[in-house]
Amino acid sequence: MSPSTHYKVRKAKSRLMVFLSLLCLVLVIVPLVMILYYTVSKGINYINWDFFTKMPAPVGEAGGGMANAIVGTGILVAIGSLMGIPIGVMAGIYLADKEKSVFASTTRFMTEVLNGIPSIVVGVVAYILIVIPMKRFSALAGGFALGILMIPLITRTTEEMIRLVPHSFREAGLGLGIPRWKTTLFIILPAALKGIFTGILLSIARAAGETAPLLFTALGNRFWSTQLDQPIASMTVFIYDYAKAPFDDWNQQAWAASFVLIVLVLLLNILFRLATRKRFAT
Amino acid sequence: MSENIQENSNDSNKQQATKPAASLFNLKGLLNKNFGDLVFENTTRFFAFIVLAIVFLMAFEMVRQSLPTIKAFGFGFITSQEWDPVNEQYGALPFIFGTLFSSLVALLIALPLSLGVAVFLSEISPKWLEQPLSLMVELLAAIPSIVYGLFGIFVLIPWLRKVVEPFLGRELGFLPFFKGPPYGFGMLAAALILTVMVLPIITSISRDIMKSVPASQREAAYALGATKWETIKIVLSGSKSGILGATLLGLGRAVGETMAVTMVIGNRAGISLSLFDPSNTMASVIANEFAEASSKIYLSALIEIALLLFIMTIILNAVARLIVWSVTKKYKVAVH
Repeated sequence: MSPSTHYKVRKAKSRLMVFLSLLCLVLVIVPLVMILYYTVSKGINYINWDFFTKMPAPVGEAGGGMANAIVGTGILVAIGSLMGIPIGVMAGIYLADKEKSVFASTTRFMTEVLNGIPSIVVGVVAYILIVIPMKRFSALAGGFALGILMIPLITRTTEEMIRLVPHSFREAGLGLGIPRWKTTLFIILPAALKGIFTGILLSIARAAGETAPLLFTALGNRFWSTQLDQPIASMTVFIYDYAKAPFDDWNQQAWAASFVLIVLVLLLNILFRLATRKRFAT
Repeated sequence: MSENIQENSNDSNKQQATKPAASLFNLKGLLNKNFGDLVFENTTRFFAFIVLAIVFLMAFEMVRQSLPTIKAFGFGFITSQEWDPVNEQYGALPFIFGTLFSSLVALLIALPLSLGVAVFLSEISPKWLEQPLSLMVELLAAIPSIVYGLFGIFVLIPWLRKVVEPFLGRELGFLPFFKGPPYGFGMLAAALILTVMVLPIITSISRDIMKSVPASQREAAYALGATKWETIKIVLSGSKSGILGATLLGLGRAVGETMAVTMVIGNRAGISLSLFDPSNTMASVIANEFAEASSKIYLSALIEIALLLFIMTIILNAVARLIVWSVTKKYKVAVH
């Protein structure tokens, strides 16, 4: 083989691999596009005012909505937030402050571990800790499970967002003789607030999309309920039940609920990325 | 006393003797530190401690609740195939097999795809295209798993049943993987859904790792006359361990995925190599049977499966994080 053909072979191989890499990209984007397409095209017909304001219709009757499920998801996420936000934000502040202590590294590591624990396992723990003592499924148990799932996300974004604040901010505060805690609370935290806030929104989006930990904690409810010690409906369990049901009408409603969920989740995600992009870039 | 300390804390710094006291909460600075700092530091430390405590509490409670089956079946719980709640026989092997098999098949498909995309994003893509494409890949991770499940039931499964499985059965039916009638619901559907779900995590971490390989290595390769692909190979070999970490994280995600798998896998316990057969995973058996578990020992068996899943994911995540962290430390670039 002459040197020039050898070079051509190498060149062709390189082009082929670049092409394959592009092909991979297309293959990965296809599912996203398809899921979005199907959710929108199948769900959009069912999205109307009734869907948001009416209760589920009895079997065999057309129409109906998921008002109770929307409110239920709201309540569950609110309980989760009440638990997850304070713990997550405070732990994040601590981790950002104490970069290198052994305790901080251990906690940071455990945060990652907690983040990787399957949500169904969190549901099992919520069942053990709350459903068994209370002797019934309840909104409280579901919210507790969501709270645990929110903690690691909030902790991590809080830490990251505080880290993004330039060191000079802290130095300026301390240099003026302001105590460390005031510097953290009133100078650094406000500068990182926007990022932390969108991080919280992102964790809310994740919690709202969770199904597995609710199956045997909040259980689900076909009726209107806002009581914390009773089973409560949620959008995701609604989708699960309606997807398995043998009625076309219900399947359609499952798509519609998915559409609402996807819009919510994707909007919050894009918002998060826009808000955190290029913070304090030099 | 507290107000005094707060007011002249800075003056009193050097005058006051320190009292060393070893404890979780930092008390040794009680006298020479600003009181507000002390309160603030210990409060935040307390909340960090809660995060730690939650993980331990989870482990403790699951062990406690699964003691009945641990005592009754011991190690046989993992090795026995028999899952018969009516006769109170509990063996988790079919579910462990289902979890591992579906996750490994998913990884087998996802890994080359993810690497292809990561290579494109990190090495080939023009700058302006990289951001929106990364966003699209990461949005895949944001879609709730219930939506994947819905998509699986109504779009993927009919397609598998009518097109893919008959084709595979006809052309590759001599392999043990493609035997049996095409149900649609089964291992193949679960593995494909899992593939899509682990793609974003492997892709984004591999991309970050590849980007953290110093530009000087690429420049050196080009200077020696390497082609694009040859340069990419050098970047890839430099990111090997990071990619391994990313893969383990993807495996961790696949192992614990519940809803989407439960909705498409067919939920029938059994060990079969055929991708067409319905199966069950650890997560899906919990999702399906937990609310109905009537007896104490039944519940205990399901909780033990949750405990096994917990241990598996913790090990996977811990190893993966350590690998990813040590790699990024090497190049001193922050990767999450």
